[in-house]
Amino acid sequence: MAATLNERELNLKFIHILSPDGMANPSEIVELGLKPHDFKALYRWMVTARIFDERALALQRQGRLGTYAPLSGQEAAQVGSAYALNPEDWMFPSYREHVVQVMRGQRWLDVLTYWGGSEEGNRIPEGVNNFTISIPIATQILHATGAAWAAKIKGDKTCAIVYFGDGATSEGDFHEGLNFAGVFKAPVVFFCQNNQYAISVPRTKQTASKTIAQKAIAYGIEGVQVDGNDIFAVYKATKDALEKARNGGGPTLIEAVTYRLSHHTTADDWTRYRPAEEVEMWKQKDPIKRLKLYLERQGLWSADDEAKLLEEAKNEIAQTVAQYEALPKRDIEDIFKYMYAEMPWNLQEQLQELKEYLAEHGGDLPKE
Amino acid sequence: MSQMTIVQAINDALRTEMRRDPTVLVMGEDVGVNGGVFRVTENLIKEFGSDRSMDTPLAESGIVGTAIGMALYGLKPVAEIQFDGFLPPAFDHIVSHAARIRWRTRGRYHVPLVIRAPYSGGIRSPEHHAESPEAYYVHTPGLKVVIPSNPYDAKGLLIAAIRDPDPVIYLEPKRLYRAFRADVPEEDYVVPIGTARIAREGSDVTLIAWGAMMPVALSTAEKMASQNTSVEVIDLRTLVPLDSETVLESVKKTGRVVILHEAPKTCGFGSELAAVVNDKAFEHLKAPVVRVTGPDTTIPLARLEDYYLPDVGRCVKAIQRVLSY
Repeated sequence: MAATLNERELNLKFIHILSPDGMANPSEIVELGLKPHDFKALYRWMVTARIFDERALALQRQGRLGTYAPLSGQEAAQVGSAYALNPEDWMFPSYREHVVQVMRGQRWLDVLTYWGGSEEGNRIPEGVNNFTISIPIATQILHATGAAWAAKIKGDKTCAIVYFGDGATSEGDFHEGLNFAGVFKAPVVFFCQNNQYAISVPRTKQTASKTIAQKAIAYGIEGVQVDGNDIFAVYKATKDALEKARNGGGPTLIEAVTYRLSHHTTADDWTRYRPAEEVEMWKQKDPIKRLKLYLERQGLWSADDEAKLLEEAKNEIAQTVAQYEALPKRDIEDIFKYMYAEMPWNLQEQLQELKEYLAEHGGDLPKE
Repeated sequence: MSQMTIVQAINDALRTEMRRDPTVLVMGEDVGVNGGVFRVTENLIKEFGSDRSMDTPLAESGIVGTAIGMALYGLKPVAEIQFDGFLPPAFDHIVSHAARIRWRTRGRYHVPLVIRAPYSGGIRSPEHHAESPEAYYVHTPGLKVVIPSNPYDAKGLLIAAIRDPDPVIYLEPKRLYRAFRADVPEEDYVVPIGTARIAREGSDVTLIAWGAMMPVALSTAEKMASQNTSVEVIDLRTLVPLDSETVLESVKKTGRVVILHEAPKTCGFGSELAAVVNDKAFEHLKAPVVRVTGPDTTIPLARLEDYYLPDVGRCVKAIQRVLSY
């Protein structure tokens, strides 16, 4: 007898807790295990991320920063998921998870340093289990799977989380990662921020699947779809997936349905491929506004709190920008000294040649 | 004739060939509605529709693998890989299949496929957006490797690549995409694959370059002219098959050779060029062949990029070295 999977049989969870007007079922909030100070911390991270994003975009437009990938619109997906992680868990970002990097022990200064054209921004502090950003799409999915698999082999209670977008689900590495993780029950959370566009290509042209979450089924793992602009739902989905992974239950694919409000990067122009009305529609679902409404409804947030937070966050980012602009000139040895543990003769020779060349021109490249 | 940038000339070549031959199509990430991230395929979708200007899913291996199948079935796909640094996911299909299908099938099948990708640094991009990977493809038997340096050649070489019966890797110097305009004929014409161009005649030293390094080579020649040294500049235009005749004729005339490329030194195409000159013109050499290249490192991000990229000063030094040998 022929059988086909229908949508009921796919049995995908869709998690949403916080409505766009800031309403939530109190029992669902209790289940989260979050306290008012957590709500405020989540809100602070989201607001700071948005302020950073707007500042970084402005710096790029003024020629003070290189190409930059804005995160606006995806704050709930990023902050909510990162908040569920333990410090010892490993985090593998794509290239848009700036606030996740910072929540996990890097600095806003590192983010600016990288996008300002210095590899020093990728120098992860000791004790911080973040991988560097990965520009080639979906490649980090396999790295995260391997790290999680290794944790399992070594008997650690460590999980890995990997961030990627809807476009990444088309790459072979995505499918290989989910398959390996399924086969070896690796404790990894595949966190897809479905922000609806891979540069210009809409989600509907990226895959004929109705959802991204359902792709998990083919690999024998759990798939969950979550309202990616609902920070409580994102937190819950991630926390549940991490708990399951930590207890030997294997991997989960989470599809956080969200929206990139800005350009793919500053080299992109979204007006070429999507209508302004669509962007406006998603602005109405702004994840930050949603949490703010909740806080206000709960009597946890006043106009004074808001003014104070904005001032503090703006100051923090302004100080970061000042530090970034005062970064010292790079040393040319930085080009050579990280290729191998020990510098081979050819690199030593090439470094020496470059030093001599600069010395002949007063210590720097000649002006042409 | 009209004045075009390299981007416009490539766009014009694609349009010209798509009008002439209904089997030609473009495919890749963001090449349709968005017209490519560098706008190389701008407006092709308007004229030829989404069946011939196709936004694919985000999968470089998928793009090249399916393009091979299309080519086997009689279409002429021009596949765009968005950046040099995203060619590696497609590497398997390029080197294990596209390059070998004619050989593997004893000529029964062949793959008339063009793979276009921007290459070169100097645009202050993030990682994996500034690579010079030509040597990987040069080293793979069965591929042709073409790198234009100006709008006229860009159009003529791309038309030649599309009409070529074998797979062609067509690398576009992204730093020069909009750097200048030059006259480009409106009609279709071909710059034959496998022909180098003497970009500037000279008699004392031969300076060989291609693609993004050509402005550096020409500025070097200009600077040396003011020091009474006559530099002959060769723009290779095609790395495979190499126009060894043009190179060797020049070497026989000057007896001194400097090779300039942006890619790392070890096993860069300069190594092969030096070996060819050594094999075929050793008795004409007055000095060892000298290379000016990127170092054997990953290309750094913006803040150190200029220290990696070969410049006029380093070329002048190399020329002085072969002159004083």
